[in-house]
Order: sequence, then C-alpha cells, then structure tokens
Amino acid sequence: MNRIKTFIQDAGWPRIIIGLFLIALFIAAPSVKVRVDTSLSDTFTRFGMNAVMVLAMVPMIQAGCGLNFGLPLGIIAGLLGAVLTIEIGFTGALGFLTAIIIASGFALIFGYGYGVLLNRVKGDEMMIATYVGFSSVAFMCMVWLLVPLKSPNMIWGYGGSGLRTTITVEDYWLKILNDFLAVKIGEKFVFPTGMFLFCALLCLIIWAFFKTKTGTALTAVGSNPDFARASGIKINKMRTISVVLSTWLGAIGILVYQQSFGFIQLYMGPFYMAFPAVAAILIGGASVNKASISNVLIGTFLFQGILTMTPSVINSVIQTDMSEVIRIIVSNGMIIYALTRVVKARAVK
Amino acid sequence: MVEQEELLRLEGISKDFFSNTVLQNVNLSLKKGEILGLVGENGAGKTTLMKILFGMPVIHETGGYKGKIFFEGKEVKFPTPFDALDAGIGMVHQEFSLIPGFTTTENILLNRESTRYNLLVEVFGERIETLNRKEMRNRADYAIGKLQFALDPEMLVSEMPVGHKQFTEIAREIVRENIKLLVLDEPTAVLGETEAVILLDSVKRLAAEGISVIFISHRLSEVLDTAHKVIVLRDGAVVKEVESKKTSIPQVAEWMVGREISLENRGDKKISREAPTVLKVSNLWVDMPGEIVRDVSLSIKEGEIFGIGGLAGQGKLGIPNGIMGLFPAGGRVDFLGSRIPLGNPRAVLETGMAFVSEDRRGVGLLLAEPLDWNIAFSAMQIQNKYLKSFLGGIFTQRNDREIARLAREYIEMLDIKCVSERQKAVELSGGNQQKICLAKAFALKPKLLFVSEPTRGIDVGAKKLVLDTLHRYNEEYGTTIIIVSSELEELRSICDRIAIVDQGRISGILPPQAKAAEFGLLMVGQVKKAAEYE
Amino acid sequence: MKKIKFTKEGLIHFLSSNAVPIMFIVLSLFAIPLSGFSINYLVQELLTRLGRNSFLVLSLLIPIIAGMGLNFGMVLGAMAGQIGLLFVTDWGVAGIPGLSLAAIIATPLAALLGYLCGKILNKAKGREMVTGFILAFFMDGIYQLLVLYGMGSVIPIKSSGLVLSRGYGIRNAVNLVGVRQSLDDLIPLSIAGLKIPLVTFMVIAFFCLFIVWFRKTKLGQDMRALGQDMAVGDSAGIPVERTRIIAIIISTILACYGQIIFLQNIGTMNTYGSHNQTGMFSIAALLIGGASVSRASISNVFLGVILFHLMFVVSPMAGKTLIGSAMLGEYFRVFISYGIIAIALVLHAWKRQKERERERLSLRLGNGTAVKAGE
Repeated sequence: MNRIKTFIQDAGWPRIIIGLFLIALFIAAPSVKVRVDTSLSDTFTRFGMNAVMVLAMVPMIQAGCGLNFGLPLGIIAGLLGAVLTIEIGFTGALGFLTAIIIASGFALIFGYGYGVLLNRVKGDEMMIATYVGFSSVAFMCMVWLLVPLKSPNMIWGYGGSGLRTTITVEDYWLKILNDFLAVKIGEKFVFPTGMFLFCALLCLIIWAFFKTKTGTALTAVGSNPDFARASGIKINKMRTISVVLSTWLGAIGILVYQQSFGFIQLYMGPFYMAFPAVAAILIGGASVNKASISNVLIGTFLFQGILTMTPSVINSVIQTDMSEVIRIIVSNGMIIYALTRVVKARAVK
Repeated sequence: MVEQEELLRLEGISKDFFSNTVLQNVNLSLKKGEILGLVGENGAGKTTLMKILFGMPVIHETGGYKGKIFFEGKEVKFPTPFDALDAGIGMVHQEFSLIPGFTTTENILLNRESTRYNLLVEVFGERIETLNRKEMRNRADYAIGKLQFALDPEMLVSEMPVGHKQFTEIAREIVRENIKLLVLDEPTAVLGETEAVILLDSVKRLAAEGISVIFISHRLSEVLDTAHKVIVLRDGAVVKEVESKKTSIPQVAEWMVGREISLENRGDKKISREAPTVLKVSNLWVDMPGEIVRDVSLSIKEGEIFGIGGLAGQGKLGIPNGIMGLFPAGGRVDFLGSRIPLGNPRAVLETGMAFVSEDRRGVGLLLAEPLDWNIAFSAMQIQNKYLKSFLGGIFTQRNDREIARLAREYIEMLDIKCVSERQKAVELSGGNQQKICLAKAFALKPKLLFVSEPTRGIDVGAKKLVLDTLHRYNEEYGTTIIIVSSELEELRSICDRIAIVDQGRISGILPPQAKAAEFGLLMVGQVKKAAEYE
Repeated sequence: MKKIKFTKEGLIHFLSSNAVPIMFIVLSLFAIPLSGFSINYLVQELLTRLGRNSFLVLSLLIPIIAGMGLNFGMVLGAMAGQIGLLFVTDWGVAGIPGLSLAAIIATPLAALLGYLCGKILNKAKGREMVTGFILAFFMDGIYQLLVLYGMGSVIPIKSSGLVLSRGYGIRNAVNLVGVRQSLDDLIPLSIAGLKIPLVTFMVIAFFCLFIVWFRKTKLGQDMRALGQDMAVGDSAGIPVERTRIIAIIISTILACYGQIIFLQNIGTMNTYGSHNQTGMFSIAALLIGGASVSRASISNVFLGVILFHLMFVVSPMAGKTLIGSAMLGEYFRVFISYGIIAIALVLHAWKRQKERERERLSLRLGNGTAVKAGE
C-alpha cells in the first residue's frame, strides 16, 4: 500500500490520469471499430517523429536554463538545412546527411548567440525564450519571402519570389529513416525501425554526454549553481553549452520529423512547435530543472499516444472531432502543473 | 517620572531545537521605563529568546517553548508576531525591512496608514479607504520628533543613507500609540559615531517617557552607558544580571565568554617560529554581505591549525569566502610563495587549497544528487580524477565504480550514517551532510584546508568526530588547517593560534591558553596588541 | 516623471531608459512617408484605435503595480466578455442595453476566472508571466470546449444564424450587428471631418481617473508595497496572497470590459481568435509605450497604443512600397510585435541582474556605506 502511495506521489496525479486515459482509449478502440494495429503503428511513428525534439529539452533543463520555449530557433536551423540541401539538389541518404550537416552549422551559431543572451537574463529565461522563439519565426517569415533560392520545388508556382509555405520532400528523403529496416506485420502495422534506431543513437549520445566531465558539471550547474561556482565551474560556459546542444537537437529533430511527415513547413509552421515538446517532457516526469532520458521516452509516448488515439476513438464515440481541444487542454494543463509544482518543492527546502 | 511597576517577566524559559538545548531556565524581568542590555556570544540564545517573546512562527513550528511570559501582569502567549505588536511590543530586527520605493512617511506607517472613509467601503470593504496623507505626515513627524534625528519624511528609502534607514525602522515602531516595549537588535551596527550617540540619546528619552527597551548589542561601552541593567547570556542560560553602574567592560566580556577549559589533552605540538609561511594574506578586503572584511593581514605557518573567531557579522566568515573566490575581494594573497588570483574559484582550487563552506546546504552540497557524486565532484572537476579517458582524452566518461569506491571509503572513515553511497544528500542528517562536505574537501588531498563553522548544528558525537578528523589530517598529512568558528571552545581545543575578528579587522591573535576574558575583550572591540603571536 | 537634466549624462540616461519608444518613433518617421497614407487618414485611424484599445491596455496596469508582471491572463477576461456578447447577440438585445447586459453577465465570470488565475499565479511566484502565458492557452481550450461544443448543444442558443451547420457550436465569425458602435456613436461628434468616439473616450478617461484614485487607497498602497518587496510587506502584515488575487481579479474584469468595448467598435467577433490576439497586442503596446515589467504608468498606455497602432497601420503599405510585397509588411509587423516584447523582457531582466550586481558593489570599501550585520 505504501509503495503504491510513494509511486503516486512521485509520479504525480496528472501523469497517472493521462496514463490511465491512454490505456482506456486503447481498450475502447476495438469496440468503436478503430483498429488497434493501425493505432499502434501511428503511435510508434509519431513517437519517433517527435522524440528528438523532446530530447532537445533535456540539456537546458539540466543546466538550469528552464524549459526551452525557444525551440523554434533550433527548428529554423533545421529548416535552413533542409531548404538549402534541396536547392543544391542532393537526394536520398546523401541529401538527408547534407541537411543534417548544414543544419548543425546554423544550430551552432544560433545556439551560441541564444546562449549568450540567456546568460544575461538569469531567472527570466523561459519568458524570454518564448518571445525569442516567436520573433525568430516571424523574422524568418520575411527571410523566406526574400531569399534568392531558385529550386522550382520550393518557389511559388507563378514565378514569384520567395518560398512556398509547404515544400514536399517526396523526391528527396521521404521516409528515409522510417523505411530503413522497417518491420511490417500484417497489412496495417509498420514499425519504422530506422527512425527508432536514429533516435536511439541520439539518446545514446546525450546519455554519454552527461556522463562526461563536462556533462557532470552541467548537471551540477542546474542542480545548485552556488555549489558549481564554488567548485570552480564556469557557469556561463556550461549554460551556453546546454543551449547549443538543445538548439542542435531541435534542428536534427525537425529533420527527423519532416522525413516522416513528408513536408517542410515554413513561415508560421514552427511557431508553436515548442509547446508539444515541453508538454511531452513534463508528462514524462521532468521538472523545470531536472530531466532524464526516460522522461523523454515515457512522455513522448504518452503524449503522442493521446494525440493519436483521441481523434479516432472519441470521434467514433461522440461523432465529434474534439482532438484539437483535448490536445490544448492536456498539453497546457501539464505545463501549468509543472510550473506551479516547482515553487512548492523549493519552499520545503 | 519613571514608573517602577513591572512590565515584562520571563519565567523559566527553555527551548530545544531538535534535541539541541538553546535556552535553559531563563528568568528576566523588566520594569516600565527600564532599559535592559542583553549581551552574549552568538548562539548564546539572545535572538531565540526574542523570537519566543515576539511569537515568531519558527518557534511554534519547532515544538514551542517551556516557561511563562507575563506582560503587564497577565500571562501571555503570543501566537503570531502581530499579536505581540498589538500588545505593544515592537522589534527592530537586524535586517532592514523597508520598501525602497516608498518615502520615509510611507514606511513608518506601513500597513497602519491613516485612512478616510468613502462610500465604496460599503461594497468593497475597508481596504478601499483612501489614504489620508496629511495625517500620515503628522504621525510620522511626531515619531521622528521623538528621535530628534533629522529624517526627511518625504525622502525615498532607496536614496537614504544607511543610518537614516535605521532611524526609519525605529520610528516605525514608536509611531504606534500603544508601544510599551521596544526591542532593538544591534541598532548601532550600521551607524557612525554621531548617529549612534543620537540614537542612544533617543533610547534614553523614550525610556524616560515610560517605554521599556531591551537593547541587544555587543558594543559593551554603549550597553553599559545606556542600559540600566545588563543580563549576560551564555550557552542558553543567564550567567549574570547586574546593574550597569556596578560593573565594567572587562568584567562583562569575561562573563560572556567565560569558561576555562581543560587544555591537558591537547598534545605537545608546538609550531616552531621558523616554520615556513604557507599562506600570506595582506590587506584583504571582501564584500560578503553580512560578513564584510575591511583590512585583514595574516601569516599562516605550514602545518599549523589556525583558528579565526569573533562575533557574528564581524567578518570572520568573509575571510575564507573571499580567499576562495566566492565573493568579490581585493588585496593580496600569496600561497606557497606565489600570488593567487582573487575572484577565481577554479584557480585557487588548483593551487591546492580547499574550502568547506559554512553554508552546507546552499554551497556545500548538491542535495538532489547522491552522496558519491558529492564526494567525488571537486576532485573530478579540478584534478580530473575518477574519469575514464577515451580516444586519447578527447572525451571522458565518469568512472562510476571508482566514485562509489571512494565514497564507501569515506563513509567508513567518517562514520557517515546512510543507506548506501547512492543515497541522495538531502536525506541525510545535518551532521552526516557535514561529513560529506569534509569528505569532498579531503578527496582533493589539499595542502591547505579552510573549514567554516565545522560543527554548527550537528550533534555532540558528530562534533567530536569532525574535530578529531581534522586533527588527524593535520597530524598525518601535515595539512594546514584554518578553522573559522563562532564557538570559541572548539577553537581553543584544537588550534595552535587563534585570531579574533572585529569590525572586519583582526583585533588580535592569542594562544589557546589565554584567558577567556582576553578573547572576550578582543571580540567586543577592545583591541589588544598581541605582537608576540602574530 | 523626474526632471530631465539637460546634461550629457542626463541625455544618455533619458535615451537608455526610453529606448523602446524612441526606436519606434524613429521607425515610424521612416515608414509613414513610405506608406503613402495621408495624415488625415492616419489621425482618424489612430483616434479610432485609441478608443478601441486603450481600455484593454489600461487593465494591465494594476498587476504591474502589484509586482505580478505582465498579465497574460487578461485573455481570460477577454473570453468572459466575448461569452457575454454571444449571449446578448443571441437574445437580440441591442445598443447600450445590450452592452450593459453583456457586461453584467460577463462580470461574475470574469471575476471567477480572475480568482482562479490569481490562485494559480500565487502558486508560481517568480514565474508569474510564463504561467499566465500558458494559462491563457489552457483556458482557450476550455473556452473552445464551451463555445465550440457546449453552445447549441448543452447550452441553448436561439438564433440558428449563430450556430454552425452541424447543429452546435458557434460560427467562426459573429456579426455583432445589435451592439455595433453603440458606445462609440452614443454621442456622435465630428471635428474637421474626423469622427471621434466621444463616449468611449469619456469611459476611458473615467477609468484613468479610477486608476489614479485607486493608487491612493489602502489597497493600492498595499499592492505598491508588495510589488516592490513581498517579504517586507508580508512581515508588516499585508495579506500577500489575497492582495495579489484581488489585483488579478480587477485586471481580469477590466480586460473583460475592454474586450467588449473593442468588439463593439469592430462590429464582428472572431469567435476563436479575437481574445488570443488581444493579450499579445495589448502587452506589446504597453511595452512600446516605454513600460517595463515592473513599472508602468498611464502615459505609457497612450503613447504605446498610438505608436503600436501607427506601425500596425503603416507597415503593410510601407513594405509594399519598399520591396513590392505587402506580405512582407505584414510579416514585419508581426515580427515587430513579438520582437518588441522580447526586447522589453530582455532589457528588464538585464537591468535586474545589473541592479543586483550594483547593490553588491556599492558595499565595497571605499564607498563609505556600511551594511547591517546579520546572522
């Protein structure tokens, strides 16, 4: 009985409710004529698509920079990588790799500047991150309009200047990861092995990073900055490293997302993309200054599971599409829960 | 005409904090219009006694107190500070409690402003009444007048010199009409000489009008000059109650510090005068809020255990914090012959000095992480220990097994009570947490170790172990140890020399065998030349 | 406002503490001629927009006074106002009675939402702005639940014109034909060909007086105290939690009325979008007017509304003239709105950090000022 109690306390009621809700949806599925195998397949695919962007939250949280609402900055780096690669014309695996390399370059630059900024505003990071993210997306809107790229796949049909809102990657690297070693069971279930392997690789890299000397120092900075400073660690340097890492993962994350989704979304596409990632990691058990890889995996699965299952199941039951509303309530509710919980924990100390 | 009836009586006040006795059987009485000087070292119990009188929540939250308080002849037990305020007790704390953007007048009347009724009160309640600034100003003028200090009622607190802030705080207490007892905690600490005189004169005048005053201070000359009687607290008990005209500063200092200790089991170690100077501090200043260091010069000899004592807030804690680079500092510090940069914790750690901070939970530990992390952390970051190197050092991985082994070693050596080396630091008791901090410093194998308040807040058994360990390290490895402590006994039991800090400067250096009274005098600012021990 | 010293330091200080509005004035001076709009047109636009938006921006002042930062939760008040208007439109109550009824219905709802918002913000001290920001999104979900699913099904709606074709849920755009311009046109006034919404301005002026008066009450004084130092206020006996909640409730109710005024001027309600934009635009305007997260005055409000909306009106055409694309101008305007909030937040946080450092530096020897001994 005690163990159950401790489990509930540690996990928190919202998480448990979400988990039970998801299980209920899966159980209810067959009775409303929703195929479980399709649902599972979709869930796994969406999991893979989003996991890396959720992983991007971890470095900044661990370093005490808060929830990275400025993820759009990393996403923009990724978009630049994709767009420039299409302009060059590389396809397939080469194209995907080139996109990663170019995106990484941008991510390093953006991340560094962003990190320097956040170091000047310690204590107010989250609010500023949000608006830096928003402003960059709006700024890039202007850039996409003016950029002198020529590839016919990208520019407006009637020969105008500027890029289209949505660009397909069909001839380029569509599902390049998903289809790699994909496992097909029956007609409707496809397991995107390649994407999972790629995500696993990135998780491994991050896990190994946090076991290095620098990674250990970074965790200390987020855990107790006074302790870190007294131990001779340069706090600003560690924070900047975490921001660069987060931005880089954001860039890679959007590329993984796009190869599965099939489209590159420019202009206001990335605007709200930080919020699902933030919500996911919080659902997975992270707090504002502590996050682990298991938080990423659990959270992404639960969150994407809800997003996948709710439309199909609930729509069949009530004959209404409430998925959007449920998504808004669940993801934002989770973030509020996390924000109000932090202060309580501190007061106890 | 001063009335002689009794205003306040404390009978048999005792208090424990988690089985640490902080006050035992304190009896105190105060007449109307009387000024009582309350003196004692830190930890003697003065602040706790006032907290009990004032009904502070921390007292109730930690098990309440024993004994009775009588105010104006009736027994009282104040559940909150506001009840004490309502009864007529005012307290001016050590930390300023003022709103920076408000004027003097607004601060004096904070939350007791004069207001005017308007119709909306019927709907929305009392707080919608408008402020009556004219009347507020009158009341403020009245209070300021009583102090006879030139406070500008319309000046913003943020633009005020520090001394004025102190007077504003006092004005806030005396503006209340029913003020009967005023408690002042170190009121002259931030005042210049002239201001201090004005304040003390005001206090005497207030007393003459019938307001009783409890005056807590370690400036014995002021206490004896202003108070009618003096009560000396030591280790939570009243050691002496005496009329101020019938005693002297040296006498009070001795009562404060008092106990003679047995120095027999100290051993015969003598530091030779020719031993090399390992640390030389010249004109050090440190800006550590609350523990400012103004001008400190010391020469520490290799292998000695050097103690730094003094009353709270006089600067002793600022010395190690400044040298280790945690707070802005200046002056010159030479270690092993070379000058060390100030304000750079890493550089100092790399030279071989280590520090166990007095702020165990804030600076000393990563509470959310396991023990072994905490212990190995500094050694890993500064000396690259406990890391596995790959690809020729391009990247490293924590050697968790080695770290665990290290932790187990110290757990055994220091008898750290825990479930395992993976237990989170926050779950351990204060004493065991302190041992972890020590282990972290020892793991660096430092040549010189600063330890601040090594046994504060830990139980007797752990205290002994910590001090014995320090002693052992010094003997076995020759580590020079500098201990900063508020507990004079502790310093006298283990140090070879003891410096006393007062007002940010070294007021003297004494051997442990010196009489307690001599230490007391140094602490309260009667500087003694102790040339032969410097 | 302190006296402006006409010295070099005085000038530098003036420029740096008013950097944002100055930047904006300069930008506008460039953009106005580019846009090709006549002064007459611009003045009329500004008058209309002042009438429309000032009340909303004014509602942000009280939480800033109370130290709670920018009240992103004002969106909750806007939602309440919209719900009030929906009912009034459904029931066909027009004109001033319609507006008053909407206000009456919406007030208890706004008060309740303000109370909830205040309670949640109290739990997130130090993170009020982010929490308020996210709370607005969360409440948007609840609002949609109510309006998109609840109305017409569980909550009876008479006019079928309001409801979506599927049978329940309110349409995306609602024509507020009954109450359109009711307040603005109550006393029609036209000077030199410019239409002036007299009564609206009177309402706004009244509200300004209210704010000035409020600061002189005990409650206002308490909020000012808490806004500067919560701990000191607390130890002086000011009820911290309650006072903060009251500040938010007042702000939410005022935002509710502000949204009603806003919508009666525009005449149509974007059911699922109007309230979201409200928060962002009002906050951007306030910041552009020179306010900061911790300090805002009535002059910031009006200056901000004028500058923000001037830029708003002028950018698309200026963009077209400059580059040939009105889209660019639009995006530019979005960029400026968000960018300005980002800059204001950064400046505020930067200043805060600098102040903390400066406080510690002033304690250093050589400055003469000692510090209190403490333990």
